Formats: sequence, structure tokens, C-alpha cells
Amino acid sequence: MENCNGRIQVRNLKKSFGKLEVLKEIDIEITEGEVVVLIGPSGSGKSTFLRCLNRLEEATGGTIFVDGREITDKRTDMNKVRENIGMVFQHFNLFPHMNVIKNITMAPIQLKKATKDEAYQTGMELLKRVGLEGKAQAYPNQLSGGQKQRVAIARALAMNPDIMLFDEPTSALDPEMVGEVLAVMKELAQAGMTMIIVTHEIGFAKEVADRIVFMDGGYIVEQGTPQQVLEHPQESRTIDFLNKVL
Amino acid sequence: MLKIIRVYGLMLLKSMGNTLLLCALSLLAAMIIGLVVALFNVGKKRILNLFGTVFVDAIRGVPLIVLAYFVYFGIPQAAKMLGFSGLRLSALSAGIITLSMNCGAYMAEIIRAGIESVDKGQMEASRSLGLSYGKSMRLVVIPQAIKTMIPSIINQFIITLKDTSILSVIGFPELVNTGKNVAGNTFLNLQVWAIVGVMYMVVIITLSKVAKKLERRLKRGEL
Repeated sequence: MENCNGRIQVRNLKKSFGKLEVLKEIDIEITEGEVVVLIGPSGSGKSTFLRCLNRLEEATGGTIFVDGREITDKRTDMNKVRENIGMVFQHFNLFPHMNVIKNITMAPIQLKKATKDEAYQTGMELLKRVGLEGKAQAYPNQLSGGQKQRVAIARALAMNPDIMLFDEPTSALDPEMVGEVLAVMKELAQAGMTMIIVTHEIGFAKEVADRIVFMDGGYIVEQGTPQQVLEHPQESRTIDFLNKVL
Repeated sequence: MLKIIRVYGLMLLKSMGNTLLLCALSLLAAMIIGLVVALFNVGKKRILNLFGTVFVDAIRGVPLIVLAYFVYFGIPQAAKMLGFSGLRLSALSAGIITLSMNCGAYMAEIIRAGIESVDKGQMEASRSLGLSYGKSMRLVVIPQAIKTMIPSIINQFIITLKDTSILSVIGFPELVNTGKNVAGNTFLNLQVWAIVGVMYMVVIITLSKVAKKLERRLKRGEL
């Protein structure tokens, strides 16, 4: 095993869909408690990179270690690794046939992380944390987009993960609901969660990120603190992108 | 007409019972075959995909009556060639095998389409929580797929119920076979076949009414 000073170590990661090379060569190390925000134009490979981290996409080449376990190794039990990596999706992906509290408690109960009562207790606490304790019995289609995404965050947290992945969590939301989701994420960041976030919310990135990573064309073009990347970008592609979005 | 009912009514009703028994057992087996083959086809294992596709194509490519003859006469002959000369299929077991394979192939396609109609994000969300593929299918994907599948499944049930009539050719005493005998004895073709037709109709209309109710209740249960 390689040296494990980082929670996540990515070496020479490549990913192709058929002939299309989406990730060309990604090297990055992410340490405990770090909040990393990935920005970049659409098609730059941000989401694909994120999805490689819990093997929703199989890497074509290179290695990824998470907590010392090589997830690019076919023999690794991904179900076990995924228990420690929460993921929040652009389109929420709540289970529409279960009410809110069941959405949250299903995985811990099924995977024997908790008894029914414990899972329910934790679930209610998590709902309180995301400001939705009154919605435990509601079904997803009775919730607004912002509420759905907060439930999705609570669902991921119910497995008590060490790492949270966010794949454009506010992109499908009406503008007035973006704030409530970002507030929950901010609280999570302040609580010390290791987070990797793909987002177009540059203002949010500036506020919570320890590090901003700018990706384009399947490469990491530039990375650094928000001040470095957003205020003093070095690369012309970064400058172009920031001019367009700011 | 009344005379037929008086003399042969019980016999016809009994054969209707046989029809329903054959149908129910076949449907049960077909559901299992359909589910297994559908899971073969939606999975990623090439060899299982191939098996599923060949099964569905083969069954759908052969008329039911040919399949019935093949199972009833062909399988015992094959067994004989392999040295098991004692094997003889009863008309009922041959009928169940035939119908469940036939209905199973169509059911597999219905279930596959149902599973594929569920948003891919559902499987991903479930897997991302650490649930296995099987658990995700069982707890997340299939419960959602069932709702879209139900109308087609009921339709398939009704088709299979009618298809039992084809098994009259291998001598199973279901409704049509019995009807043939009664008509042969009485020469009252018009009346006998009218009665048989009405009997099918009553059962099928009742079943589809029940199914409609069930369907509506499921929809409401979704909230």
C-alpha cells in the first residue's frame, strides 16, 4: 500500500467512454477535513471525476486510494467502501416510494449499522439538523426541490460517512432554494467533514472551500486557495472561465 | 340450450376449474421465469444476457401450439433417446411447462421494460449508500418498476388464460377440449360454443375488473 497521509489519493486517473476521453490525467490528494470545490466548464470531467471516487464510474486507468483502500482494484469490496462515502446528486434521487424517514433509515437498517429504533432516532436528529423535522412522514413528491436535496443530504449522512461527495447539488434548484441547501453544506463543512463538491456557485466556493480545483478538458488546470484561484488565476483558461461566470 | 346446461353444465364447470388451475400454476411459474430472465437481461454479465435473449427470442419465435407438441411429445422422446424410457409427461405438467415458458418469455420482456423505466439515478443513489446490487434491485428499483408493469402483466395474464385453450390439442381436459366433446356428442355446436365463449368471458371480465381495482388502489397507495 502507498503512503496514506491523505484520505483520498488519486494517481494518473484516466476515464474514457468509448473513444471519448473524459479524464486524461488526474493527480490529486485530499486530506482529512478538507473541503475541495471542483469548478470548470461543462464537459470538463468534474462530475465524472467525482463519480470515479465511489466507483459509480469505473476508471479506465490509474489508481484511487480512499483511506488506504484501492478502489480501482476490482477485488475491493465497494459496498463497504461506499458506506463511508456519502453522495448527493444533482437530481436528488430520493426513493419516491418511501417517505422521508424511510429514505433516511433504509440503508443503516439494511446494512445493520443500527437497529430500527436507533436508525429512527438518528434520522430524526438529522432531519432536525437540515431543518426538516416536521417532514418525516412526507413523501418526496410533497417536498420542494430544496427540501428534497436537504433530505438527500440527511440520507447520505445517516450512514455516518467520513467523506461526502456533492455532484452539482444546487443546479436543479429554483434560485430561491439554493441558499437553504448551501447553508446545510456550509454547516457540514464547518463541522469538519471531508467534502468534495462540484458546483457552479462560485460565491459559495469562495466562502467554504479550503481549495478550489479548476478542471478543463479532462485535466486539472489550476488549483489553490480560493484567493489564489479566483482572485489571482495564473492560467488563461481559468481566467476565461472566471470571466464568463463571474 | 337449457338441456345442455343441465346435462353437461357440471362437466363444463369442472373443465373451467381445470383451465383456471392450469392457468394459475403456469402464471406462478411464469412470474418466476420472467423475473429471473429479466434480471439476466438487465444485468451486465454477457453470458446471462445471451441466455436471456436466446430464451426470449426462441419462445417468441415459436407458435404456442408447436411448443405444446414439442414439450408433450418431444421431451419424452428425447428422454427415451437418453435412456430414461419411463418418462411420460401428464397433459397437465406438459401444459404447465408449455404455458409457463411461453408466458415467462413475455413476462420477462414486461419486467425488463419496467426495470429499465426506473431512473438510473435510483440505482446509483442506493449503491452510493453501500447497498449491494441485489438489495438495490429488490428494495429500490423493483418496487418502483412494478407500478408501471401492472397493466401489462394483467394483460399478459388474460392472454395466458385464453392460451390455455390451445392445450386442448394435447388432450388436457380444459374448457375447449370438453366443449369439443360435448359438441361432438350433441351436435349442438352453436349452443355449446356460445356457452363456452360466455364462460370465458365471464371469468376474464371479472378478472380484469378486479385487476382494475387493484391497479387503482396501488396508484393511490403511491400517494
